[in-house]
Amino acid sequence: MNDVILSRIAEALTWTGRYVERADATSRILDAYLHRLLEDPWRDEDVACRSLYAILGVDAGAERVDMQQVLDQLAFDARSTCSIEGALGAARLNARSAREAVSSEMWECLNSTWHALADQRLAARRTGPYAYLELVRRRAALFFGLADSTMSRDDSWRFVVLGRSLERVDMTVRLLSVRVLDAAHAPDWPTLLSASGADEAYARVYGGFGDTPRVAEFLLLDRDFPRSALHALTTAEECLAALGRPRQDPARRPIGRMRTRLEYLDLAALEEQLPLLLHDLQQACTASAEAVAERFFPYQGPVEWAQEGA
Amino acid sequence: MADIFDAYALADAWDEMFERPGEVRAAYEPVLAALQPIEPGELRFRADQMARAFTDRGVTYAFAGEERPWPLDLVPRILDALEWDLVQRGVSQRVRALEAYLSDAYGPCRAFEDGVVPWRLLLNSPHFHRAAHGIEPPGGVRIHVAGIDLVRDEAGDFRVLEDNVRVPSGVSYVIENRRAMTRIFPSLFAEQHVVPVDGYAQRLLAALRAAAPDGVGDPRVVVHTPGPSNAAYFEHALLARLMGVQLVEGHDLACRNNRVWMRTTRGEMPVHVVYRRLDDDFLDPLHFRPDSVIGCPGILSAAQAGTVTLANAVGNGIADDKLLYTYVPDLIRYYLGEEPVLPNVESYRPDEPGQLDAVLDQIDQLVIKPVDGAGGQGIVIGPKADRDTLERTREAVAADPRGWIAQRPVALSTSPTLAGDRMAPRHIDLRPFAVNDGTDVWVLPGGLTRVALQEGNLIVNSSQGGGSKDTWVLAEGPAERPHVLDFARTGGTHIAEDPDGGDTALDVVPRQLGPDGARGVVQEGAQQQ
Repeated sequence: MNDVILSRIAEALTWTGRYVERADATSRILDAYLHRLLEDPWRDEDVACRSLYAILGVDAGAERVDMQQVLDQLAFDARSTCSIEGALGAARLNARSAREAVSSEMWECLNSTWHALADQRLAARRTGPYAYLELVRRRAALFFGLADSTMSRDDSWRFVVLGRSLERVDMTVRLLSVRVLDAAHAPDWPTLLSASGADEAYARVYGGFGDTPRVAEFLLLDRDFPRSALHALTTAEECLAALGRPRQDPARRPIGRMRTRLEYLDLAALEEQLPLLLHDLQQACTASAEAVAERFFPYQGPVEWAQEGA
Repeated sequence: MADIFDAYALADAWDEMFERPGEVRAAYEPVLAALQPIEPGELRFRADQMARAFTDRGVTYAFAGEERPWPLDLVPRILDALEWDLVQRGVSQRVRALEAYLSDAYGPCRAFEDGVVPWRLLLNSPHFHRAAHGIEPPGGVRIHVAGIDLVRDEAGDFRVLEDNVRVPSGVSYVIENRRAMTRIFPSLFAEQHVVPVDGYAQRLLAALRAAAPDGVGDPRVVVHTPGPSNAAYFEHALLARLMGVQLVEGHDLACRNNRVWMRTTRGEMPVHVVYRRLDDDFLDPLHFRPDSVIGCPGILSAAQAGTVTLANAVGNGIADDKLLYTYVPDLIRYYLGEEPVLPNVESYRPDEPGQLDAVLDQIDQLVIKPVDGAGGQGIVIGPKADRDTLERTREAVAADPRGWIAQRPVALSTSPTLAGDRMAPRHIDLRPFAVNDGTDVWVLPGGLTRVALQEGNLIVNSSQGGGSKDTWVLAEGPAERPHVLDFARTGGTHIAEDPDGGDTALDVVPRQLGPDGARGVVQEGAQQQ
């Protein structure tokens, strides 16, 4: 009798998946940046921090920015869903409003994480943010692990995975965009790799260090690495195929097209096509997310009544 | 040896655990024996662990704008099989009488014609909804779920304090309390057979399905919540999850052609039974408050047309009006031809000639309650109130006698409760929950015991800073089934104890095959230079 899910719940599940993935990715990116800054004391902190803001789509303002401000705004700010804490808070609220659809263990994971963040944040002021960032990554892994082992592979599950996959593509595209658009001030390729958690996987596939544009190829086109754009797109497409119409599905079309384009891409032309490709990738994800919302989450505002004759 | 019960001084009330100082009641012997040797620090540690577990699970309530873990005291409240038999019969009798009253009041009105209850009681009630007239609920059930508040008086007798037949809440805490206690304090359960409480959701679902409109083969049941900001949201979500049904908010539902639909990712699906957890006033803006944004416009018309069942039914408020409460013993005699199993607390009806003056004269010795207050709001306890409050109450009662009842103050029974690092007596009540499926009124064994955490306080509601206790109903006879601890001790290997021998016994657990690692480790270790 639970073969269907409410539209409101489906939306909440999608965003839960999305926000947890965003917290995870943001934590990885911050970690990689912090590490790089410490290793390379000649780097300009302001410039490095600005490129971080650019990746995460947050306005850095006109003042000089330093790492502490970055942490305050991109990690600890509970009001912005672009920061780790805000994303986890939003994930928790979404899971809470879908309390009967997510398993108790998943909810407890998010809820206890939320309650643990305050202590970790205080500790981070004293001993540095690593423990905080690590906690976030571990709990994100725990959350998706619990989703994997406690949720039936029904539509609820697909909405969670769909949200996560779309967010993955988005984050990978953002990382690469900074490098492409503003190479001089962008992080170097190894930092990009570790910011995607891909350094070890890359090393196994290509052997050796990721100090080449081949990193872009890996992050976009690798078939096996779960955070690559191609892999995430394929997963999103599978979810949509199971959720939506068999053909002429406006949510699946942009994703499917992008996936085929990536699959049959001429590698020699990758570098030159990269800016356009990244732009199209982001567009495709947005278009698909909008189509999903339109189809599955029709919003019904509160009904208002007019007094007759008034 | 000094222990946490040493300084326990009985209050001026019936104590649940001790007959007189140092003399424990039989049902509590094993629990006292288990608690006594525990150091205060250890108890505090367990209490903190419990609070943490509740916070993590989201079992919280809002107090003074702050999210606090659900307060559960470590000492259980115990009812033996005999006591429970009485409570259960009394509660079920009361629910049956109130059902009969509702069906009468929204139908032939015999009790009013026969002079058992005055007409004005019905016609003045703000909860008497004409829209509910003529809705013939399937199975004749209007009170699918009831919560009857009981107290134990100075002599140790249970009395009914009030009836809740609109949207009684608190059952989730019964389930969560038991879950927490078996995890934090498994040793307490070792000696006694406590009747489990986890059958509630199943009973509720069965009752709700039984209440579906006629002719619906596979009814779809939903729980209708006001939303995550509601204080009882946790309960709504828990019940929906345990029953495996959708938890809907008002805007998830739509009504068309007198049918109720819910919006899903696969289009609109029909809904047949709505277990609604919001008040009548907010349920349907077409009939009641037009500014309600949490209700579903048209749902009452659908109920009138008989395509959907609302649980509990609209208009039940006339049956848990506190003035009607004073008539319930008469209703039991009138409708059921039985004597009440559980007596009321002696009460005055200020709206009757003569009684108003009696109430006003001795207002400083009575408990004054508004007839439709909930959550302990508006209650004035005469002996404890200051002059100003009494004066204001006197005026309010004189101005609106129909709006108040007065009762003899009952010194609620006390139970040892952890206060700081000692046990101290605190007042408690009991709210058993009853589920009516149309053929049988089932009472969940135990119920919610609420405890007033401040010394001497008589109001136990959590919205007034109250706590709770796990409530045990003991099964008759000695404990027989293997309990929690046994299982833990044997490491969960019950499968191997098959008396018939090997046929059904499972194979040994698969393990990773490969070379025995010992030699490799030695060699690997030797490579160090």
